[in-house]
Amino acid sequence: MQLGKSRVLALLAAASIVASACGSSSASPTPGATPAPGTPAPNATPAPTPAPEASATGLPATDTTVYPREQTLYTSGKQWGAPSTWNPLDGNAAMGVVGLQYETLFLYDPIKDAYTPWLASAGAWDSAKTTYTITPRTGVKWSDGSAFTAADVAFSLNAYQNKALGSTLFNFVDKVTVAGDTVVVTFKGTPAYQEWMSSLYNLPMVPAAIFTAKNTADIFKFTNPNGVGTGPYTYKTAAQDRMVWVKNPNWWATAALNLNVAPTYIVDIVNSSNNVALGQLLSGGLDLDNNYLPGIAQIVNGGYNVTTYYAGPPYMLSGNTAWLVPNTKKKPLDDPAFRKALAESINPQSVVVKDYGNIVAAADPTGLLPVWSKYIDTAQVKALGSPFNTAKAKADLKAAGYKLGSDGFVTNKDGSAIKLNLEVPDGWSDWMQAETLIAADAALAGIKINPIHPDYNTVVADRNGTDKAAPTFDLVINNDVQIGNTPWTYYDYIFRQPQIAAGPARNRNFEQYDNATAWALVQKLDQTPTDDLATMKSICSQLQKIQLTDMPIIPLWYNGEWSQVSNNVWTNWPSDKGAQIQPATWNGYWQMGAIYMLTNLKAVPKS
Amino acid sequence: MRRYFGRKLLTYGITFFVAATIDWLIPRFMPGDPVASLVSRTNGISPESAKALYDYYNNLFGLNQPLPVQYLNFWVALLHGNLGLSVYGHGTSVTEMIMAAVPYTLALLIPAILLSWWAGNSFGALAARRKWLDSTVLPMGYILTATPYMWLALVLSFLLAFSWRMFPLSGGYGFNLEPTLTWLFFTDLVAHWVLPFLSLFLVMFGGWAIGMRNMIIYELESDYSRYLEVLGAPQSLVRKYAFRNAMLPQITGLALQLGVIIGGQLVTEIVFSYPGLGHLVFAAIQSADYFLLQGIFLFIIVGVLVANFLVDIVYVIVDPRVRVSMTGGTA
Repeated sequence: MQLGKSRVLALLAAASIVASACGSSSASPTPGATPAPGTPAPNATPAPTPAPEASATGLPATDTTVYPREQTLYTSGKQWGAPSTWNPLDGNAAMGVVGLQYETLFLYDPIKDAYTPWLASAGAWDSAKTTYTITPRTGVKWSDGSAFTAADVAFSLNAYQNKALGSTLFNFVDKVTVAGDTVVVTFKGTPAYQEWMSSLYNLPMVPAAIFTAKNTADIFKFTNPNGVGTGPYTYKTAAQDRMVWVKNPNWWATAALNLNVAPTYIVDIVNSSNNVALGQLLSGGLDLDNNYLPGIAQIVNGGYNVTTYYAGPPYMLSGNTAWLVPNTKKKPLDDPAFRKALAESINPQSVVVKDYGNIVAAADPTGLLPVWSKYIDTAQVKALGSPFNTAKAKADLKAAGYKLGSDGFVTNKDGSAIKLNLEVPDGWSDWMQAETLIAADAALAGIKINPIHPDYNTVVADRNGTDKAAPTFDLVINNDVQIGNTPWTYYDYIFRQPQIAAGPARNRNFEQYDNATAWALVQKLDQTPTDDLATMKSICSQLQKIQLTDMPIIPLWYNGEWSQVSNNVWTNWPSDKGAQIQPATWNGYWQMGAIYMLTNLKAVPKS
Repeated sequence: MRRYFGRKLLTYGITFFVAATIDWLIPRFMPGDPVASLVSRTNGISPESAKALYDYYNNLFGLNQPLPVQYLNFWVALLHGNLGLSVYGHGTSVTEMIMAAVPYTLALLIPAILLSWWAGNSFGALAARRKWLDSTVLPMGYILTATPYMWLALVLSFLLAFSWRMFPLSGGYGFNLEPTLTWLFFTDLVAHWVLPFLSLFLVMFGGWAIGMRNMIIYELESDYSRYLEVLGAPQSLVRKYAFRNAMLPQITGLALQLGVIIGGQLVTEIVFSYPGLGHLVFAAIQSADYFLLQGIFLFIIVGVLVANFLVDIVYVIVDPRVRVSMTGGTA
């Protein structure tokens, strides 16, 4: 077989040529080991600075390229692609950039509806509530050792004047100026209190020394790997499939607030398929998973040491509302009577049980999340709501002049057939099943809904329209607006005026509902101080009246704040029985108290 | 010889041009606007921010230009070795992303192709001579070659990784490690490589084994084998000649199979979350990332063309008839 061998050798040689021709330095299995030269690439570029564990002798005390299991928290759920930017001003920044590395002036706890001073030691309105004074916390240091100052705060807020960032902050803020050790904020007219308080726990503080030169029209080109923040973690490394943070030993809150984050390393794994995520969670390779995993109720009860926020239904906290959005510019969806009948025909409880297996809850008729329940006018909801009632839906349709066609479905008033396409993105399996259930419910009341699931881009194009074409959808399901400090965000989402031009920027009022009275109320709500609960409630009640009467958008269920945790390595997770903390790693959640999850965690002793 | 390769190169050049053009066109037939979707995914931002982000990315990717200009830009950039910026990677260079993924893909692909080809052919040749092998193990080959890559990958992943914990479930290397030149990292890398490799190897192995076994039986029945036998040549010599002749179609088969194998590789990587090109393709499709998709496909096109060219060269080496015909001699 001498010749046979030489042929194989020839092929091997050929293969090595392929390899080099394809630009790879080597075909040997050492991938990812070579950092991309010179560029701040997202692929396996280790942080150039020595990790804090390195001893004074220059030799690492422990090997910092191997993370011991008992010191490492593995998370997943936020990152849908390789980490590509660590610029906290970019909404696409990697998991933890805002929250773990860069921090905000305040934290906000949605469960308690309370603001906690964080990088600010205090923040207060003057007696006329027209000027807001921020006192930056003393003793806070950036991770490069320099002090965090009032100038940094003023710079971080003023940065939003940069048009490239597209912020709304300076629509209502007039000036941000340093006054001694404080920062004074003045407003244009009546302050938008609700939005301002939201900014306080959402806008990251960045070091003026580094960001001043970067805050130009090209701000998003600044990817800022291994940046300088104030938070409990610093950049360790990142690769296509992960983002790794290492504990900042000099975090200010340890001395100031006696807080200590438990994990030395946090490895955030880029989302992959459900089977991989589930396998990782069950085998103990993943501690906190913030993905929707079907059938998690069985797993929680299956002896895998996996738990959720609630031990029983709905298992998860509610993170946002899934709405059925009708295109109110199209017949028959332009008719409030038809929309009300549609709402009455749908049984959200069947989606909760049959689709989600009880891991979500049906939405309140106002759509407001449980954390906003105090703003719900329950008496009014009882009087005006449209609860599931097939018979009433049928009767209401008849009363409104919709006659049954020969096929048993209602027709338009001119006799033409009604067939409404309900779109959800392909692959969103829970929503795909939900739309089938909704269509089946509606059919019983005589409304013909055709559930379709084109790819995500098509759904976006149909829903938003383009600069050349108006939105073409009939019905979509949407849950774009998340939990936060104020129901104003929900009402802005529903009633936004003037209509945003069709196209990619359209991300409010998808239903294209015009109501000037409602919009005036929404603006008035924005300009109500967050501690004036009575006025807030009164405005919300008036908005709910419009909502329940006109039904511009139909609340379906509360999408869960998906969070399933393994208790194999870390324990003392947030739960309704223990620490009531948001258990999520998504954007915005660290500042909504999830940071306390890290200070509360306890390592399970090795047995 | 020069004319032979000149003609081949011209064919490859034209193929490349057409393939690259189709490659550029196809993603643009996908419905929807990738940048609008990218912006839509950053939910919760204000309409003003959405507009700013949209304009920024549209400008960055050059998608605000008319299509013919985009096509021209594509060729100009390509000739400069620039594959553009990735939408999925939020503006990361496509070349950079591909280069990070390529080592993983090649580390799977090359050993899987060569080893399965070598092992499959040897085994097939052996099976043609051993009755018990032919009737016991070869049916396995039929089953293997008919198995979809993805299914085998899922079975291996469930049994060997999830149930028996012999190998890691997913990824290119442990999530607890950083790439270093250490024994620990190397063994971890190999452990993560085994299952995806095995999925590819087993399916291809079955195909080659069956092909070779059939070819050998055919060759042993042919006139020259019979003639040799009648002349009293030893069995080993007859088989040696049969093996040589049976090898040629297998080499052609290798060239033809490359595209299919790469397809299998893509799904295998997805099952194991192996950070190679397949994984990237999947992500690129999900976010309608024109640039990344066309970059990866272009890379695959070039890879397949180069591999085919190499097989052409190998053919010249192993088949004396081709060599002789090129130098103008007669056999």
